[in-house]
Amino acid sequence: MGSASTQMTITLYDFELSGNCYKLRLLMSILKLRYDIIPVDFYPGRQHKADWFLRLNPFGQLPVIKDDELVLSDSGAILAYLAKKYDETGLWFPDDPAITAEVLRWHAIADDITATSSSARLVLGMFYEFDLEKAQQGAHRIFRLMDEHLWFGEREGRDWLCSPDHPTTADIACFPYVMLSEEGGISRQDYPALRRWTDRVRRIPGFVVMSGIFPAGRAAS
Amino acid sequence: MESRKAKFIGETVLSGYAVVRQIPGAKMTSPIDPITADLWQVIAATDEVAIGVVETTLLLDQPIAITRDKDGLPVVWRRTSEARGDEIDPETIFDRLPVITGYGYIWTSFGNPPKELFPIPEYAEADRKNMSCGSIGLYVSAPRAVENFLDMGHFPYVHTDILGAEPHTEVKEYDVEVSEERDEVLATRCRFFQPRAALSATEGQEVEYVYRVPHPFCSVLYKSCPEDDSRRDVIAIFLQPMTEERCRAHLLQSMVDSTSTITDLRRFQQTIFGQDKPILENQYPKRLPLDPRSETPIRADKSAIAYRRWLSQKGITYGVIPMAS
Repeated sequence: MGSASTQMTITLYDFELSGNCYKLRLLMSILKLRYDIIPVDFYPGRQHKADWFLRLNPFGQLPVIKDDELVLSDSGAILAYLAKKYDETGLWFPDDPAITAEVLRWHAIADDITATSSSARLVLGMFYEFDLEKAQQGAHRIFRLMDEHLWFGEREGRDWLCSPDHPTTADIACFPYVMLSEEGGISRQDYPALRRWTDRVRRIPGFVVMSGIFPAGRAAS
Repeated sequence: MESRKAKFIGETVLSGYAVVRQIPGAKMTSPIDPITADLWQVIAATDEVAIGVVETTLLLDQPIAITRDKDGLPVVWRRTSEARGDEIDPETIFDRLPVITGYGYIWTSFGNPPKELFPIPEYAEADRKNMSCGSIGLYVSAPRAVENFLDMGHFPYVHTDILGAEPHTEVKEYDVEVSEERDEVLATRCRFFQPRAALSATEGQEVEYVYRVPHPFCSVLYKSCPEDDSRRDVIAIFLQPMTEERCRAHLLQSMVDSTSTITDLRRFQQTIFGQDKPILENQYPKRLPLDPRSETPIRADKSAIAYRRWLSQKGITYGVIPMAS
């Protein structure tokens, strides 16, 4: 962290226990971007609904990023922005129209994972009043489809969610609330291909953890 | 349980009529041992309960409701049809549970609680930053969470590069006693090398801890303060037993730190606690076994052994697997 001379000053409005904020910390770590953190007390302080925060994002949601004067919100949109702007390899958010569509398709699924797995976690951990059973069932449905997709992928030699032979922002977007699902009472025991994929994500050079997510074991899975 | 009608003014506020009432559709409840019933149980951070608005939670399998009256004093009762967020006139609530406030939290009881909470004198020191750090749900019993709080052995592995780091993994010899006079477990001379002992720490240091367990479901730790050698930071965990296998952890920090903001300090503590959560929730059984033969202790577990024995001698059965008699 700290200001950089070669890049503009990126500031992340961040809550440590938020998987959506972690998506950006993870990609910025992989891309070796330096950034400053402004902690936002999401719980119990509810600062994401405070006036000063609503001026940054009227929808009252984390994360928000400031890149010099540019203010952006929505984790999926910011992942795309950071990759397009700072990833010189062009691998994390590829330009090819068909692959862009694939990546965006998984960004949308990542939002569905947030609406299910993350909601269940908020019910059990922070006492939000969502329908727990519905959230858990919804997450299982997504995880089953992901597990199938990844299982067939492995048979075809594809390790990641999208077709290129390298990870994209789709993998970053879907990863956190898959990994945090146990906190929402959602076991991943029945999804072996999904678990193998989480191990691969955790071995990406530059990977960082957040509270609740541990590094992959040292042995190969 | 005996009803009480005593009323106090001051720190000990209200004691009302504890009416046992079966909620329609409520799940079968576990028997509450008389020791647990008579304890003060933490239920919410005072500031997080709005005046005239209903907050709800679960305590010892019982649904309860909380609000605050126009003077800010908490009112607690067994929940019937009220929903969270409802507006309510506290004057209309007659069947109240006993209430006390302390350390930024609201406490209640289903029995005959003592006059006062256990003491944390440091909390009253004027220059400390006192704060709640969020009430976090845990899928494990309250005693398991207390035991994890007492354990230093996991620091390098779970709180890597903050509260511990390899190769500094040794838990050095420390002292444990059960204070008869204060009826609490006390562990002293606990020392551990910590890369970042507190938010205010700028370098790794050997940190000295004192742990107190002054309540079967609460623990208070004192650790050397990076900013002032002569004082200690205080971090406490108050567990609200929701069921025998679920609890809600209420975290208190009482810090000597002239530079950090409350948001920064909360973040530091939540980072630590978020690391503990999955480890705790993977413990089986969820209830704490009190039979010394059921789990193999090592030297580092001295305080845990004393804690289990203390619970057993008290006759606590809620949230534990008691010794076969």
